[in-house]
Amino acid sequence: MMHYLPYLVAVWIFLVGLFGLVTTRNLIHAVLSLSVTQSSTYVLLLSIGFRRNAGAPIYSTDVPVSTPSVDPVMHALTLTDIVVGATVMALVLALTMQVHRKTGTIDPDKARSMTG
Amino acid sequence: MSLAPLPVAIPLLVAAVVMGASRILPRWLTDMLAIVTSLGVLGICVTLLRQAQNGTINYWFGGWHPRGGAAIGIAFSIDTSAALVAAFVALLFALTFVYSAWYFEDVGHVYHVIMLVFLGALCGFALTGDIFNLFVFFEMMSAAAFALCGYKIEEEAALAGTINFAITNTVGAFFLLIGIALVYGKTGALNMAQIGTTLAHQPVSGAVVAAFGLICFGLAVKGAIAPLHLWLDDAHAVAPTPLCVIFSGIMVQIALYAIARIYFSMFAPALHAHVDALRWIFIVPGIVTALIGGVMAYLQSHLKRLLAFSTVSHSGIFLCAIGFLTPLGFAGMIVYIVAHGLVKASLFMGTGILLARYGTVDEKRLAGKSRGAIWGAILFLTGGLALAGLPPFGDFLGKVVLEHAASTIGLGWMAAVFIVGSALDGGAVIRAGLRIYFGSEERERTGHHEQRENQEAPDGRKRPWTMTLPSLACLLLCLGVGATPYGLRALHVRAPGPDLRSYLYEIATLLVAAALTAASLSSSRLLHRLFRGPARVLHAVHSGTFTDYLAWMASGAGVLALALLAAFW
Repeated sequence: MMHYLPYLVAVWIFLVGLFGLVTTRNLIHAVLSLSVTQSSTYVLLLSIGFRRNAGAPIYSTDVPVSTPSVDPVMHALTLTDIVVGATVMALVLALTMQVHRKTGTIDPDKARSMTG
Repeated sequence: MSLAPLPVAIPLLVAAVVMGASRILPRWLTDMLAIVTSLGVLGICVTLLRQAQNGTINYWFGGWHPRGGAAIGIAFSIDTSAALVAAFVALLFALTFVYSAWYFEDVGHVYHVIMLVFLGALCGFALTGDIFNLFVFFEMMSAAAFALCGYKIEEEAALAGTINFAITNTVGAFFLLIGIALVYGKTGALNMAQIGTTLAHQPVSGAVVAAFGLICFGLAVKGAIAPLHLWLDDAHAVAPTPLCVIFSGIMVQIALYAIARIYFSMFAPALHAHVDALRWIFIVPGIVTALIGGVMAYLQSHLKRLLAFSTVSHSGIFLCAIGFLTPLGFAGMIVYIVAHGLVKASLFMGTGILLARYGTVDEKRLAGKSRGAIWGAILFLTGGLALAGLPPFGDFLGKVVLEHAASTIGLGWMAAVFIVGSALDGGAVIRAGLRIYFGSEERERTGHHEQRENQEAPDGRKRPWTMTLPSLACLLLCLGVGATPYGLRALHVRAPGPDLRSYLYEIATLLVAAALTAASLSSSRLLHRLFRGPARVLHAVHSGTFTDYLAWMASGAGVLALALLAAFW
């Protein structure tokens, strides 16, 4: 059971974030919900790379290469994921500021795209 | 030295140079640089396509070759289909740069910089053989697309459309990433070929099926498969016209290409036993998408949305093509993607010319405005006919190959879907063209909201040849794709040519398109009454807020999960 816990946590965080996005009435809240949704991918990536009783993948004269370590590939992926996420968040927040400047509201239902 | 990394490296380098030298570079030089860069990338991709004829090119970055059958580095893995798609990307960018040279009036260098990054990302996305690298290129092209979509940041509608686009596609990317993480958890590999061999030696587990579903679902958001397509018409309606060319020409379809590539390289050996059930998981949403997109296109009077929905409808056809799960279906899809991209590019360019001249893209307001513009009329109407698959345009060839691929696996009736889908699209475009170039001017309506669309280009200036010529070039190239056998030969596919039946199907398509055109041009109330109910429902679904779109996405994910459960139980 404990083995599945991180995965269940990831699913829970993803659903919470998605719920926030679907029900949001505020664009900044939407960006934060997006960031919550993305956190679930961090949890998932790190738990896939996790090894029990293993240390950080850093070796030196005291720590030989044969020492068990967690999977560094997943750390690299998580880091990339964070960078990618930051780009999108910054972009959407910039758009949010512009929406506020133009319309005076950041409610996505009020500032909706015109449908033809 | 291998050419493999250059299609990504060169655009990124030139983008950096243009950004750094933006103060001293005159506008015309930036345009020239961008065009030359795209043509250079095109040349490299064509060379790669020739080299790939002798087998897939594997390029290991930094010389990190695999050891003991395990990949430790990141690879580009270039087969003929990847090189062809990348070459098409570069071609489309070259034409778009020519088109936009005199299009924006006061555009800075930022447009060129982001476009070049976009070009590099799309090429990398097509060429990479590493699944996480694919995700990075996916996000890179998304970020470039979001930034360019919101280029007209002074307009409210542009902001809302871009936010819808950005949020839905980012959530889609999370699905993709979760799928990739699960695959890594099962195989310990990120190289697509290595994943394929590892999965083939494992029993099919729930995690693998879930990963397959999540990856396809994430890519299908970008690929505009119903009900995940809702962002697409908003993004197209607000994006500058050159961007619409790229979005509808290749960005949407490249995601579908990635689904096919991932299936064949990673999952095909492992899931082979379930191929019959899997087919339906692709084909059913494909049919739904083709029909919804076609009907929505037919109901639109906003030209950019009309063309955007026609893209949705073609996405459905392409998804059906993936669903055949045969190499012939895959090759037919690529030929069709290239042909459709060229026609759609030509039509969007024509729309951009109208927008530059009259400051609107509303079909009703444009009615009769452009009488006597013979060249414009010829280009637009030929585009509509080509979209409906008039021989010998490339779309016809694509459909012929797909019909053949369908009948070899006993799904010959799929031809009906292709007929209805392309007839709805073609009919809508032809109707709009006839109304604009030959119709009578309607009385000016008051209080219409399309007034603010003329920010892209100066009013009233005579359109330069650089706008018309790329549009014509696209149509001629599409003619070339259909009339010459190079496309299929480059993909190493042997398909029988069109026979009597394919011509009969095509005549049926054109007749349906003509009937649809006539029906909407005649002011008969019958059609209006017939379509009113479904139209109201469909318009309500396309509500214009991302919260609704994400709710649809969540329900789509639920349906897919149930379908996969049923298929693999």
